[in-house]
Amino acid sequence: MAARVPFGERYLAGRSAIHTTDARAKLPATLAYVFAVTLTPVGHWPALGLLALPLAAALLLSRLSPLVVLQRSALALPFLLAAVPLMFTKEGEVLFSVPLFGWTASREGLETVLSILAKSWLSVMAAVILTATTPAAELLRAMRALGLPRLLVATVSFMYRYLFVIAEEALRLLRARDSRSARLPGRSASASLAWRAKVLGNMVGSLFLRTYERSERVYAAMQARGYDGEPRFLWRRAWRTTEVVLVVGLVAYLAGVELYARH
Amino acid sequence: MLGTRVETAVETAVEVIDLRFAYPDGVQALRGVNLAVRRGEKVALLGPNGAGKSTLLLHLNGILRGKGQVRIAGVPLRTDNLPQVRAQVGLVFENPDDQLFSPTVLEDVAYGPLYMGLPREEVSERARRALAQVGMTGFEERSPHRLSLGQKKRIAIATVLSMEPAILALDEPTASLDPRARRELIHLLRDLPQTMIVSTHDIPLVRDLLPRTVVMDGGVIVADGETQIILSDSALLAAHGLDVY
Repeated sequence: MAARVPFGERYLAGRSAIHTTDARAKLPATLAYVFAVTLTPVGHWPALGLLALPLAAALLLSRLSPLVVLQRSALALPFLLAAVPLMFTKEGEVLFSVPLFGWTASREGLETVLSILAKSWLSVMAAVILTATTPAAELLRAMRALGLPRLLVATVSFMYRYLFVIAEEALRLLRARDSRSARLPGRSASASLAWRAKVLGNMVGSLFLRTYERSERVYAAMQARGYDGEPRFLWRRAWRTTEVVLVVGLVAYLAGVELYARH
Repeated sequence: MLGTRVETAVETAVEVIDLRFAYPDGVQALRGVNLAVRRGEKVALLGPNGAGKSTLLLHLNGILRGKGQVRIAGVPLRTDNLPQVRAQVGLVFENPDDQLFSPTVLEDVAYGPLYMGLPREEVSERARRALAQVGMTGFEERSPHRLSLGQKKRIAIATVLSMEPAILALDEPTASLDPRARRELIHLLRDLPQTMIVSTHDIPLVRDLLPRTVVMDGGVIVADGETQIILSDSALLAAHGLDVY
């Protein structure tokens, strides 16, 4: 079982104010935040600035390393690529044009692209802070407490539980392949690309079969302990006033910013 | 005659009568198994891979349903009494990654009692007691994938102890454990009062812990008796691929 997958848990243990806030408050707060950011009109920079404030406050309070949060938020970068063509398709004041292709970039287009980047980056940052300060199990409990369907929560829960198990299995398969991918000195590798692709395909297939068989064993283990088709969860803890105040306060602030952005 | 029957019903924890089972792919895993285990008895199930040991264990709480009869504490296993039977027979699977399917240790250990419909306080209380019993107090909020195999195995046992079963069916409890984890697990099993049926290849474990041995091969029981006598019958063991040294 020495195989360790290169990706780990998103949660970074800590005792900060953000860490200790109930996940049932953090999850809806994050969702409301992402919602507000998404609804902000394109190119309304003061509003986006105001929206960045609670995020900065959360980041400071969480005592997470800003570098780590920035690194993880790099996830938003590919979205920029998808948005770039908008720069050329939007009509408006011409900024510059690409010779030969005849593409012209517009100010409005550039504004849209920058807005999309800023919005997706803020949203991803919020999600990064949430997942870095909340254990996955707590998030699952929050989902259930907020009334998400049981089956959905159970599915996410299994995904979380077996993600690492399956990734480790894949890693072991890769290692077993690499261990036998030997080469003799003075001979070039004879394996063709097609052959190697076939090996990889077989590995994916075998991983799928193993996972499928595992699901049968897991189901048997659930049945052995009385599973009757209805997911049930173990819950405790009551809502605390501070957390309710926090969510309501944040939502009020976000609504204020949105109203201001639309006058 | 009648008196004997009543006594049998009370004293026999597990009774398997002419059990036959074939997997959907056609493999005939059990070809007529007959076995009776008295209450409190500790039985080893020996046999080569593919002998049908795991298949037999999976019949004890009705996960698999073959032809023939399985009686738990004298009651024949039927579809309508499956939930009750599952509360009595705690089945621990070989791979703890199959057994531990919840995001945290506490939720997993509480799973059985939760499905038994017990009040929340008792569910938590039983889960904590079971964790204490296997020496894993303090691991409640950990996720199973972060634990060592030995820890996972112990928690897997806790997940059925929390159901307070009368019978424990363990599939290869010491497989691939390091010597220390193995020793700790054996100590744990030694202290458990339940009737036990343990499928294993671990001969020292059998010698130490399980006074009765049942040898399976090819889907049938080929020997059944006192562990000491069976383990000294080298001709029998060699004939069924079990080398004792």
